[in-house]
Amino acid sequence: MEKVIDIQHLRKSFGSHEVLKDINFSVNKGEVVCIIGSSGSGKSTLLRCVNLLETPTGGKIIYNGENILDDNHDIYLYRRKLGMVFQQFNLFNNHNVLNNCVVGQVKVLKRSREEAEKVAMKYLKVVGMDRYVNAKPKHLSGGQKQRVAIARALAMEPDVMLFDEPTSALDPEMVGEVLKVMKELAESGLTMLIVTHEMEFAREVSDRVVFMDKGVIAEEGPPEQIFNHPKEERTREFLKRTLK
Amino acid sequence: MTIEWFVRIVSEYWPMFLRGAGVTLLISITGTIIGSLIGLGIGVIRTVPMPERRGKRSLLKVIHVILSIYIEFFRGTPMIVQAMVIYYGSALAFGIDMDRIFAAILIVSINTGAYMSEIVRGGIVSIDKGQFEAAHAIGMNHVQTMWNVVLPQVIRNILPPTGNEFVINIKDTSVLNVISVTELYFQTKSIAGNNYRYFESFFVACVIYFIMTFTVTRILRYIERKLEGPDNYVIAGNQMQVDTPEDIQRRKNRS
Repeated sequence: MEKVIDIQHLRKSFGSHEVLKDINFSVNKGEVVCIIGSSGSGKSTLLRCVNLLETPTGGKIIYNGENILDDNHDIYLYRRKLGMVFQQFNLFNNHNVLNNCVVGQVKVLKRSREEAEKVAMKYLKVVGMDRYVNAKPKHLSGGQKQRVAIARALAMEPDVMLFDEPTSALDPEMVGEVLKVMKELAESGLTMLIVTHEMEFAREVSDRVVFMDKGVIAEEGPPEQIFNHPKEERTREFLKRTLK
Repeated sequence: MTIEWFVRIVSEYWPMFLRGAGVTLLISITGTIIGSLIGLGIGVIRTVPMPERRGKRSLLKVIHVILSIYIEFFRGTPMIVQAMVIYYGSALAFGIDMDRIFAAILIVSINTGAYMSEIVRGGIVSIDKGQFEAAHAIGMNHVQTMWNVVLPQVIRNILPPTGNEFVINIKDTSVLNVISVTELYFQTKSIAGNNYRYFESFFVACVIYFIMTFTVTRILRYIERKLEGPDNYVIAGNQMQVDTPEDIQRRKNRS
């Protein structure tokens, strides 16, 4: 299988505190990988290292056969190939829904405004937000914001979508609408790397689950293994705590 | 009789008052706009993330030091003294005889720039970190992030303090009379010198200053409200309103 992103010996420290210790794992094309683990286990940091919102302290991130942590690598060129969805949505407050999905295409990908709007509308339809094109973020509910944020990332037509706890900041009744969109995306063959606390969702959609504990990957495997026959004691304990 | 003097001064000297007010407005408007642009530029430079590479890093540090000196110096000395130093200094050192209006605009601009750069920096710092991250995540660099995402929000947020600067500039251009700029204070002094009616002349100037600052404040409030946009949103192809909780609260209070 073709590896889209290959992470080798990745390390990250904040001061003397080591958050990630020698992480090795990869994401294959078309694969949906969920990263689970308790708070502070380093899963969000790992995701943020993948698109360089945090600069790793050491190791390699291989993308298209090149190590993007090399000094002379253009990180802006690399970032546009990764879509990112944040826990706090982070929609551009000064733009309406349509422009949120258009501005990146026009400024970064240099698409014409016309083409960008067409692409934006296509993905806003996918997430069911095409009727809200003129709304500002302040007019939207959390779930609606997150769906627009997903459309914004998709409109860049990235190779991989990264989701950083996309439902953690949502009211319970809005979690469903976002997970539904994500499930559809997963079924459409998009490559996705998801940090999540939604165990049911992880079990259902992922091809592979990564369990992280204290800055290392404790166990990795198909959801069937992780959730039903975990090999590691740590995994078993974590699941017992979360899946009451 | 004082009242008679008011009438006489206004009817006799109104063209001078008007010209003075015009010059005051010209200097303060141009000065505030140029100063704001200086402030925006400096604000952007001062928030550039520290580059990894050594050479670029020391260059940026040198620029930071220069900008700090500029800001500290112009905030730390009175504009009346700056006006004297720049106007007479440039004549002495370079033999330049500056046009007085040009000199006035220059002084107000760099003075406002020093204050505005701090206001802008505060505005940029107060923008949620997530806005920067989201822009970076879709591949924007620092300038693109600033231009397309951050500065539009900063400008809306710093409009009140910028309006303040504008009002202060309208009043403080009066100190430029020391380099004989024919603004309102200078004109009033000439008028009073003609008829020895200091109270009446300056009272008229007082009213004119107040009208100018009050009008400017109102206009800025209006622009602020416009930029804020409506609280409600009508979904395309549907008349249903999406209300914010504040709206619902407000309607409840009304009924």
